[in-house]
Amino acid sequence: MFEYTFQWRQAFRALPQMLDGALVTMQIAVLSMVIGVTIAVLLAVARNAHSPWLRWPATAWVEVARNTPALFQIYMAHFGLGSFGIYLSPYVALLAGITFNNAGYLCETFRGALRAIPATQVRAGRSLGMGQVMAFRLIVVPQMFRIAFLPTTNQMVWAILMTSLGVTVGMSTDLTGVTQDLNARTFRTFELFALAGALYYCIAKAVMFAARLAAWRLFRY
Amino acid sequence: MIEIENVHKSFGALEVLKGINLTVDKGEVVSVIGGSGSGKSTLLTCINGLEPINSGRILVDGIEVHAKTTDLNKLRRKIGIVFQQFNAFPHLTVLENVTLAPRKVKGLSRQEAEEIAVKHLTHVGLAEKLNVYPGRLSGGQQQRMAIARALAMSPDYMLFDEVTSALDPQLVGEVLDTLKMLADEGMTMICVTHEMSFARDVSNRVAFFHKGVMAEIGPPEQIFGNAQHEETRKFLSSVR
Amino acid sequence: MFDTALSFNDLLFLLKGAGVTLSVTAFAVVGGTALGLLFGVLRSHVSPWVMLPLTFVLDVFRSVPLLIQLILANAFQAIAGLQFSPFVTSCIVLALYTSAYCTEIVRGAIEAVPPVTRRAARSLGLTWGQDMTQIVFPMALRVGLPSWIGLTLGVMKDSALVLWLGIIELLRASQILVTRLQEPMFILLIAGAIYFALSFPIARLGGRLEKRWQEND
Repeated sequence: MFEYTFQWRQAFRALPQMLDGALVTMQIAVLSMVIGVTIAVLLAVARNAHSPWLRWPATAWVEVARNTPALFQIYMAHFGLGSFGIYLSPYVALLAGITFNNAGYLCETFRGALRAIPATQVRAGRSLGMGQVMAFRLIVVPQMFRIAFLPTTNQMVWAILMTSLGVTVGMSTDLTGVTQDLNARTFRTFELFALAGALYYCIAKAVMFAARLAAWRLFRY
Repeated sequence: MIEIENVHKSFGALEVLKGINLTVDKGEVVSVIGGSGSGKSTLLTCINGLEPINSGRILVDGIEVHAKTTDLNKLRRKIGIVFQQFNAFPHLTVLENVTLAPRKVKGLSRQEAEEIAVKHLTHVGLAEKLNVYPGRLSGGQQQRMAIARALAMSPDYMLFDEVTSALDPQLVGEVLDTLKMLADEGMTMICVTHEMSFARDVSNRVAFFHKGVMAEIGPPEQIFGNAQHEETRKFLSSVR
Repeated sequence: MFDTALSFNDLLFLLKGAGVTLSVTAFAVVGGTALGLLFGVLRSHVSPWVMLPLTFVLDVFRSVPLLIQLILANAFQAIAGLQFSPFVTSCIVLALYTSAYCTEIVRGAIEAVPPVTRRAARSLGLTWGQDMTQIVFPMALRVGLPSWIGLTLGVMKDSALVLWLGIIELLRASQILVTRLQEPMFILLIAGAIYFALSFPIARLGGRLEKRWQEND
């Protein structure tokens, strides 16, 4: 047992490359969140719509996103679309898969936040002479933003962790992809991935910390 | 003047208002008393158009509230309402709570709105709490803020819907004092209330609601001293 | 008509993959829940300072991608000469991963029981053990069960990642068929439908349970 000599120096020499990979990871996560939030808002509106033509596709999106593996969703984007002659690069497929997943979960987060605000709040606004839209914008949305803020941050952390799945469709520029590339050349699997894991941990913690700080600044009530 | 003419209102199969007739003149204070489920709170939300009615009509300064052509948002500026639950906007400070509607609905500048807000908040005794969030206030303070918030729209009428019911007993007094002050200043008010001493001391007329019907209305001396209706006497002896 | 080269045997192959997915999930959830219960009870009773190392380790399990955890564990067992099969390694990693989330669920559920209720129970002469089994546990179960169902489904979906260690579970099985038959969309849709069929009814049940229990409170 343990006749293995750990070569940490070799792993640390790869740190600059891995940090470059971490940037790509962050880029995908942020993009997938920005697009995901936008789609989630549209899905939330569609799920509350009267027309079944809007409601059904939105419901299907949300349920598929929540009831199948994220990896399956990425596979669908990368391999599945090939059936239609659409070939997405690993980067785009990964981004598409994570965005699809984010949108499904965030839609439910936003819907839950909306339900958490008592109807009497809108009533109070209306009784002061505000129209429906104004009451929604000035009273509901800011409160919804606060309720959804922490769950949205958690989804961001999820998005970061999900980017690691890109390696399974041949992604080689994000943190996991870079690490896997180095691993294929040096076979220092444990050292390299331990370092990668530590980097993921730091990124996740940094995001959570930044979110807490932002929440503390934004929501003084 | 608020004129309520033969108003009927149902929630599904349940008829909560069965033909209410009531006229409230400028400067008058009318208290509405009665057991729970008598329809008295519903009447208030019908007056400012938050609830539709099934038949009859309600006129505020000659404008029919439930007519299709009526601009309710505009009409509601005339009618302030304060609810049992304080409905403070938790994400805004006390000052912002009060300035929001004057700025966004009436289009006043921030400075104008703040001047008015400070005046009303001082009036209800919250001058020291301007930059506090409602979550830090007691129930009585939140309710007084809600009153100031309604007053900041300079309404001609104020509706109070059991504004002390959700308060701890020791906080009821400060809110009732605020209402009394408003009444003394000549505000036209309809107060749905469980506070009998308030109804007796402050109102010009007291209306007793029973099962969706206004069973009796008259000056406080009549209602509390010499009620004509059997149910009125029963109700009053039960709350004393 | 739609034409496919997918044979009955291929379908069986997919279902066998689904069986692997379910067995990995079962081992992980059973092990993870047992550990989670232990850690959760500890965390809600022992001073947070004493628990700090455990809290940190569990936090790491939740903040590092599962794929990296699997790769690390597999590399580690090779280095340590443990000769674990990929299946065993996967189950251990997933169980620890599950326990990290389960601990939070258990702790949250126990802390949701009002202290007054517990004091009332103790003042009636119940022992700590009786208080835990008769009062705290039944009440905490209502709070924790819906989240636990969510966790179980989450682990089932995340278990797809064990394909990286060469285990032929549902998704890997479908990928093998895709390579052979060149009908990616159709085969992946079947795999997705199987995942959906496993997850959706239970998710619905959990949601309904949560709603019903909230209404009764």
